[in-house]
Amino acid sequence: MAGTSAPSTEFTGSVSVDPSRRARFAEFWYYFSENRGAVIGFWFFVFLVLVAIFAPLIAPHAPNAQYRDAVLVPPFWQEGGRVSYLLGTDPVGRDILSRLIYGTRYSLFIGVIVTTIALVGGIFIGVIAGYFRGWVDIVIMRLMDIILAFPSLLLALVLVAVLGPGLTNAMIAIALVFQPHFVRLTRAAVMSEKSRDYVVGAKVAGAGHLRLMFRTILPNCMAPLIVQATLSFSNAILDAAALGFLGMGAQPPTPEWGTMLAEAREFILRAWWVVTLPGLAILITVLAINLMGDGLRDALDPKLKRS
Amino acid sequence: MFRFLLGRIAVLIPTFIGVSIIAFSFIRMLPGDPVALLSGERVMSAERHAEISHQLGFDRPIVIQYLDYLWGVLRGDFGTSISTKSPVLDQFFQLFPATLELSLCAIIFAVVIGIPAGVFAAIKRGSFFDQLTMGTALIGFSMPIFWWGLLLIILFSGVLQWTPVSGRISLMYFFPNVTGFMLIDSLISGEPGAFKSAVSHLILPTIVLGTIPLAVIARQTRSAMLEVLSEDYVRTARAKGLSTLRVVGVHALRNAMIPVITTIGLQVGVMLAGAILTETIFSWPGIGKWMVDSVFRRDYPVIQGGLLIIAGLIMLVNLIVDLLYGLVNPRIRH
Repeated sequence: MAGTSAPSTEFTGSVSVDPSRRARFAEFWYYFSENRGAVIGFWFFVFLVLVAIFAPLIAPHAPNAQYRDAVLVPPFWQEGGRVSYLLGTDPVGRDILSRLIYGTRYSLFIGVIVTTIALVGGIFIGVIAGYFRGWVDIVIMRLMDIILAFPSLLLALVLVAVLGPGLTNAMIAIALVFQPHFVRLTRAAVMSEKSRDYVVGAKVAGAGHLRLMFRTILPNCMAPLIVQATLSFSNAILDAAALGFLGMGAQPPTPEWGTMLAEAREFILRAWWVVTLPGLAILITVLAINLMGDGLRDALDPKLKRS
Repeated sequence: MFRFLLGRIAVLIPTFIGVSIIAFSFIRMLPGDPVALLSGERVMSAERHAEISHQLGFDRPIVIQYLDYLWGVLRGDFGTSISTKSPVLDQFFQLFPATLELSLCAIIFAVVIGIPAGVFAAIKRGSFFDQLTMGTALIGFSMPIFWWGLLLIILFSGVLQWTPVSGRISLMYFFPNVTGFMLIDSLISGEPGAFKSAVSHLILPTIVLGTIPLAVIARQTRSAMLEVLSEDYVRTARAKGLSTLRVVGVHALRNAMIPVITTIGLQVGVMLAGAILTETIFSWPGIGKWMVDSVFRRDYPVIQGGLLIIAGLIMLVNLIVDLLYGLVNPRIRH
């Protein structure tokens, strides 16, 4: 965002002289922490990870436990609310807070798996396209164009219809749809690095194709990929929730946030909390990751640095 | 320019063939017997199966089947719906105006608010207004729009009772379908209150579908504007003593608009994906809801045909955006 105070000279001095990993991280953190929103997003994300890990310890109830005597209880601050169900209960008497806490696990898991598949696959294909060029490149890029010709959610929806509804298939479909973005970015980065002196040097020194592709070139192409990975992480959570909402993602009674919304839809005019809270959880999670992504872009993109 | 056009089309042809192969093979990748899936008949005798199989051409080599399919598509035959028995293309043309009307309203909503917001945020960089606008834009960008739609329904339809919950117009009104656009049709029908009803049905879906494009356009306009404002020619214009309005409105805005136009073009795909969710929430009878319903009804010919038509549509729009871009910015053509 806007905070642009000049770095102190002694700090940048030490950064540019010392190329060690620790100094590089210090430089990264310096630029990253200039963006207040990014730091807030980062700490919130850490909080979510902790919630996901310790869900069984934090959650007051089991996520699928039904309390027959407590159906559609409002949050505790409203009339009729009970302290034992802080955020109220859903139409079959399950504690919403506990379900939201367990839902964190699903959302983060979806983000990690989808991003990993799309990133690893995309890098592999992209490096090959950018390194070899020629007909390999043409075939790969046309294939990616074909995937990009469909609206992502529609393609994911149809893929899930083919593979069968469920969380695993939804993740595979979303990862496949996200892949082309990574392929394009990697290819472009590899093409611009390929003719640099250090690559030619390594080639002359006798490095094989695989070494050149993955050890020499790839590490220098990571910055845009990391930024794209953050974006994919948040989009994966959104798309998986959308599929869950349409009934094509995680199936009930899984406490996935989108699926929770779908189950609560018919109660929107009677019980605001069953609809509002899962959506709010999706929004703030995605927002935190996007804030972090903005900070990463500022910190990693040399063009934007110090502009 | 002509060569540029030919080059763009040459790239599109293999992509379209690929898309048609996906649509063609999709039905054959499904678990189960494609003959039963395509005809919609679950239980049939061996003779009946052989008859339909022959009718659909399944007894011929796969390459011939594909070429047949492609030839049909080129003549406008996208298959026949199992549930309504009407051609897929007819259904598409019946429902498409609803989606087009909604998308146009959403994009106008996004542009009319997004561009001024981005411009002012750039001019007042670092101010409270800038931070507020960009903060709001990031929230809009992170919004699960299906939830956003439900929230607006709770507030405006539930609590305030200002807007209806679903559909395109109140059931009280009947008038001929002339253009397919409810706003125009209701206006020329002359029925009192019909236009107002159509507008009130359109407001919430427009806001929901326009939210993400609005956020993207506002962010893109701000960063394009910031880049342009630091250019030499803007400084020159300022030094000449031109008013801020003229510098920003004439010199800077025009150049900043080039990347923004591309962004707007890219929103078409985003809109169609958004239409799937928005139309489902508001029971809006457009192609997004049509596709979702077909997936649930297992109406595979519709899914197959709809997939191909929608992909073709997006490719066409992208081509037009590319051409417009080439027209605005001659450097692109080479």
